[in-house]
Amino acid sequence: MNSAISQTRYDCIVIGGGHNGLVCAATLARGGRSVLVLEAAAHLGGAAVTREFAPGFRVSAGAHLLHLMPADLIHELRLESHGLEWAARSMPTTALLPDGASLTLGESAAGQRLSPSDSQAYTQYTARMRRFAAALAPSLNRAPPRLGTTAWADRLALLRMGWQIRKLGRRDMRELLRIVGMNVYDLLEENFESTALKGALGFDAVLGANFGPRSPGTVLTLLYRLAAEALAGESGLSTPKGGMGALCQALAKAASAAGAAVRTGAVVRSILIEGDRAGGVALESGETIGARCVISSADPKSTFLRLLGPRYLDTGFVRRVNHIRSRGLCAKLHLALDRVPPFRSVPEAGLRGRLLVAPSLQHIEHAYNHAKYGEFSAAPVMEITIPTLNDSALAPEGHHVLSAIVQYAPYGLKEGWQSGRQRLVDAALESLESFAPGLRGSVIGAELLTPADMEQEFRISGGHWHHGDLALDQFLMVRPVPGAAQYRTPMDGLYLCGAGCHPGGGVMGIAGRNAARAVLDGEATSP
Amino acid sequence: MTESLAPHYRQPLLKTPFHERPRALSQVDSFIPWAGYTTVDVFTTVEQEYFAIRNATTLYDLTPMVKYRVAGPDALAYLNRLVTRDVAKLKPDRVAYCVWCNDAGHLIDDGTIFRLGVDEYRICTAERQIDWLLDSGVGFDVEIGEVTEHIAALAVQGPTSCAVLETLGLQGIEKLKPFEIGYFALGAHRLTVSRTGFTGDLGYELWMEPEAAEFVWDALMAAGRSRGIRAIGSQALNVARIEAGFLLPNVDFVSAEHTIRTGRDRSPLELGLAWLVDFNKGHFTGRRALLAETIRGSSRRLVGLDIAGNKPAHNSLLYTDDSGKREIGNVTSAIWSPTCKRNIALAIVDAPHFQVGSTVWAEIYLNRELVWERRMSRALIVERPFFAPERRRATPPAEF
Repeated sequence: MNSAISQTRYDCIVIGGGHNGLVCAATLARGGRSVLVLEAAAHLGGAAVTREFAPGFRVSAGAHLLHLMPADLIHELRLESHGLEWAARSMPTTALLPDGASLTLGESAAGQRLSPSDSQAYTQYTARMRRFAAALAPSLNRAPPRLGTTAWADRLALLRMGWQIRKLGRRDMRELLRIVGMNVYDLLEENFESTALKGALGFDAVLGANFGPRSPGTVLTLLYRLAAEALAGESGLSTPKGGMGALCQALAKAASAAGAAVRTGAVVRSILIEGDRAGGVALESGETIGARCVISSADPKSTFLRLLGPRYLDTGFVRRVNHIRSRGLCAKLHLALDRVPPFRSVPEAGLRGRLLVAPSLQHIEHAYNHAKYGEFSAAPVMEITIPTLNDSALAPEGHHVLSAIVQYAPYGLKEGWQSGRQRLVDAALESLESFAPGLRGSVIGAELLTPADMEQEFRISGGHWHHGDLALDQFLMVRPVPGAAQYRTPMDGLYLCGAGCHPGGGVMGIAGRNAARAVLDGEATSP
Repeated sequence: MTESLAPHYRQPLLKTPFHERPRALSQVDSFIPWAGYTTVDVFTTVEQEYFAIRNATTLYDLTPMVKYRVAGPDALAYLNRLVTRDVAKLKPDRVAYCVWCNDAGHLIDDGTIFRLGVDEYRICTAERQIDWLLDSGVGFDVEIGEVTEHIAALAVQGPTSCAVLETLGLQGIEKLKPFEIGYFALGAHRLTVSRTGFTGDLGYELWMEPEAAEFVWDALMAAGRSRGIRAIGSQALNVARIEAGFLLPNVDFVSAEHTIRTGRDRSPLELGLAWLVDFNKGHFTGRRALLAETIRGSSRRLVGLDIAGNKPAHNSLLYTDDSGKREIGNVTSAIWSPTCKRNIALAIVDAPHFQVGSTVWAEIYLNRELVWERRMSRALIVERPFFAPERRRATPPAEF
């Protein structure tokens, strides 16, 4: 084994070159630190990557929409001058309905199946939810306060959170506190008549979550998503030109421009301990690299249990890490098509946006029921985009790509993904065929990434997009676990910066930036 | 995990393999539950049994003591991460008294670790805690299982205990050093003997298969007849253990896994067990918190008290002076020590009043024919143990 010891000792080593790792590295480098990013894969991006899935066809392998990354972060890192271009912005959402009808959601709701009172209720509902989201949004941008301490910073941060909510005014505050613990099913039943509208709105509360619309806390998960969207700015659902991988290319350029070194194909085997402090990393190649601190964008379980190892941690902490709910339940379906998919009654603008297969809350709940028992529904719910309509370079001339998040696809599928894979592809295709007759005949290549595949390919334990369920008990000061929720960990010099931290997953980058700030602050106060 | 032989939910109180013998000897029908077993509290009188501990030989049924087997290539690494002491220093066939803490450095339990082989250990402890032990095993190549019901145990304690065991036929028992483990044959049965105990006196603990229990009991009773052997219950043992300065869970401390109120947890430093904490052996659970406590200073400490008068200071509150205005702690265990002829107690005292040599005042309540009287007694903070005879360490022990 090659045991070369790198001569250079960095201020910071960032494990993982996904979007959070790169944001963290860029922010640290801009703060004047010498930074090295180590990415295990041959290319940067982690799960935010654009890659070929069939000859000549490329697609964002993970998330396919960018709508959570704050505008000020994009501006701060000057991503647009580092090559980030937009293929589409403010993309509309269209709900596909079984009878061939559809429903378009944006600033207003429109569709044949919508009652007049629902149109009005929609406007009021979205305005109110946005106000609530705006009150929660500032909390995402900071390290969450610790509970049970006497430190003024923690008390102040708690007060600030309370004040944001109090500032809503008596009526809104009462309403927020009334609904915040509810399930989204009840909330939508209170507000709307139209089955289709409720289904489409409920979908966003459970997308990527281990929840059905009737699960407690789903209003909070929805508000959380809306809060992140509020931070992201006005541009709504967007896709970068060249897919999500292009975003990470721009991030990598921003990091390099700020002075960070980036290495790919560098698999970290373990975090090195010097005294009782993280002092660098050892690579699978045998190489060791020293650093004053190590920041991991890997998921908390991988970071603590595999890279660091329980023997350097306390039992109670390991117990909490072990109990993080992090079993993925989203699959990603990629289809290579020889023509534009023939979705019935969806206008051209709608096809360029996102399409939802979530015709009713009942439908989503039933799909979730199967997941609870390690199965998937024959009628899965889906979020679909056709990226090639906005960015033709992703496929050969005249050909198209369909990208769909297929939910619920449990990590621990009872029958195993060996046989389950094709059955889920068939189920998804059958569903798609019903909305777009003839689509099946246009498929010339297909790929399904199950949570098990994502665990393998992106090194996320459990294959969970968010590195851990977004849920009341895994939010804020308990994300990922108490004792590591402020990006610092019980091991001095080791920090977390990935989606497993506050404020969570989605291509957001806030965790990376918050973590970098924690590192910079931490160094300012310690000798 | 080992399957339970007779699950607790089928039988609220189990009988130990010795049960029929103590049952027959019990004169006052005083039984108490201990860790799911019915055990004897008093056979005859506490005084009679206590004086047998200090003057002859006693038998005490130790079977309910919770026992875990820890084995595997990572057993040592696992134990060293679990407990505060350096287990690497524990040689095969030796026993070490240890404590283990939660992340906050607060005591979960104390107990003894027996090293039975290169990679095989046994933990003996007061409380069941398989969940903590298993969770501590995450990331270690180690097997952890409860073996309580597979091992019958008998404490043989007192100044004549070595002589009794020699008479029993355990050749070479006199060479066994304190905290050493020896292996013997008795008839068709195998006996594991450790020179350990909870009395602070010369004594041994005998570990055997449950099938051997009654045979060993009978053989011991026969071998010890001329040396005053006597079965004892928990009350007499309690007097001896306070004299020896040993802690009793749920009396002198409450496991951090069981406390509800803040400030009720105790660290090993607070319990006066700093000598068990090795900061140089590598990481263990609670290390960072305990290191911080050494820098910050402990806010309270468990101490020994020598109290004026002869009335035991049961549950007494402690004050800075006899005005009783400023409360600084409380007594956890108190007795009139029959051997030391002193009124002694274990107590938790707040900083900075816990220094040896300091005086505190104990508020003692006396029930005088149903009229309660309150007495403030001067108490001196003293070193523990209160009673530590040379014979507990002498190898070979003196002959009787």
